[in-house]
Amino acid sequence: MALKEALESGKFVVTTEVGPLKGTDTSEVMEVAEILKGKVDGVNVTDQQSAVMRLGSLATCSLLVQKGLEPVFQMTCRDRNRIALQSDLLSAHVLGIRNVLVISGDFPSLGDHIDAKEVYDLDSEQLIWTINQMNGGQDLAGNELQGKTDFFVGAVVKPVSDTDASTELQLAMMEKKINAGARFFQTQAVYEADVFERFMKRAAQFKVPVLVGVIPLKSVGMARYMNKNVSGVFVPEPLIDEMGKAEDKTAKGLEITARLINDLKDMCQGVHIMAIGWEKKVPEILKMAKLA
Amino acid sequence: MLRSEQKPFEEIEGYLKGDKKVFILGCDGCAQSSQTGGKPQVLAMKELLEGAGKKVTGHTVIDFLCQKALVASRLRPLEAQVMEADSLLVLTCGVGVQSVGAMVPKPVHPGCNTISLGGSRGEWRGTERCLECGDCLLHYTGGICPLTACSKGLRNGACGGASDGKCEVSPEKSCGWELIYERLKEVGKLDLLKQFIPPKEWNKQRPRPEMLSTSLWALEQRNESSEEDRG
Ligand code: SF4
Ligand code: SF4
Repeated sequence: MALKEALESGKFVVTTEVGPLKGTDTSEVMEVAEILKGKVDGVNVTDQQSAVMRLGSLATCSLLVQKGLEPVFQMTCRDRNRIALQSDLLSAHVLGIRNVLVISGDFPSLGDHIDAKEVYDLDSEQLIWTINQMNGGQDLAGNELQGKTDFFVGAVVKPVSDTDASTELQLAMMEKKINAGARFFQTQAVYEADVFERFMKRAAQFKVPVLVGVIPLKSVGMARYMNKNVSGVFVPEPLIDEMGKAEDKTAKGLEITARLINDLKDMCQGVHIMAIGWEKKVPEILKMAKLA
Repeated sequence: MLRSEQKPFEEIEGYLKGDKKVFILGCDGCAQSSQTGGKPQVLAMKELLEGAGKKVTGHTVIDFLCQKALVASRLRPLEAQVMEADSLLVLTCGVGVQSVGAMVPKPVHPGCNTISLGGSRGEWRGTERCLECGDCLLHYTGGICPLTACSKGLRNGACGGASDGKCEVSPEKSCGWELIYERLKEVGKLDLLKQFIPPKEWNKQRPRPEMLSTSLWALEQRNESSEEDRG
């Protein structure tokens, strides 16, 4: 079933993501694809995540289509101008890709090519708007397309912020993205149900499906690292403690993730699991969370 | 010299839709020599606005609007007129509009588009920066330039990268969009956050040939070619 239909059916939707490697070796991604097949409703493919140069999202999504999976083509605004973005969208359609997730993209100085020229010719809202133009049969300049696209467009939102300005901006951006044509959201990783509930109380008015982001904890160090360095991620101390005391960190990490999914499940329409190296454990997490 | 051209009056009128009373500011620096914000243009704008049914609470021309301290001291005697206005219309470059916005707790509207022809620009830059984009957006962003205050130059709003009000690019740099949010809140214009800004027309950033022909740059070109002739 397509991601769009899955969301429309009203079932609790599960997506996850894979990150292509730096180089032409696709064996790891293909192994993961084999394991995920039939177990999730969509698989995001990250686009030069953290501004680190790798194999492209477009090619990887195409491989997933061939394998019978439902890829979500992530597109950042960082690396391509409007000509390249639109052309890649046409290519994606031709290759059978039907879901696009639009993000601004981390600044080049955060990645491994710090001297790269950033682009941001279009921002996220403008790219979402452009995709909807293309779905309607026109390019951004208003020219008619010979064969239009048919994309289901998603966007991202950060439910937890550390300043009022950021909280309000995220909600305003969410509304703007919806008006531009976003039809679903995946969120930054959440670790506190009550904070997410507060966000959803306000976001629910938009009536657009939200897939809550979760990242399985692997260690105390990882939790602390994210708290310090990843915008919008706050792992509470009791959870870090619980992790610290556990003998089997892997089992604990999986257990916490499954518990979190259950705590968050009733507030939103789905979950987006960012496994970061634990992609092959996603079916296990789903089983533990009684979603499979 | 920093080169600007006036925005079409319809666009200015659009910005001022909800405002009944307006204070007009001109600049005797580059905008005066661009003939986009000197005394004659301020007076002409006053007539246009009054013709459109607005009350002009006052107007003045300051030597260099890009110098914040000067803006503050020159506006002080006119404080009553400025504060009576719903907003300020500023006929100058992007730096000047931003410095006025930083000094006056009122919405500011840019009356000009800034297009540089290179060479020296506004003389007194503070934290304000203008990319000379040729299609000024300061009306929508509380007088803070999104192209320079935001590391990614995002026009429609923040990315998800800020931490504690700082940009993802550096903990030394404020998130431009959080600054814009605070300013819009201060002047009671948060609803502007909902406005969709369409893809930017970068073509407007490129100076048109007829602008080049009026610049010092063009004079230099002429001198160089006549030297070649002699040579
Ligand atoms: S939007 Fe920014 S770059 Fe463009 S003219 Fe205004 S101040 Fe300058
Ligand atoms: S953190 Fe703020 S200033 Fe930095 S790129 Fe994002 S929106 Fe722009």
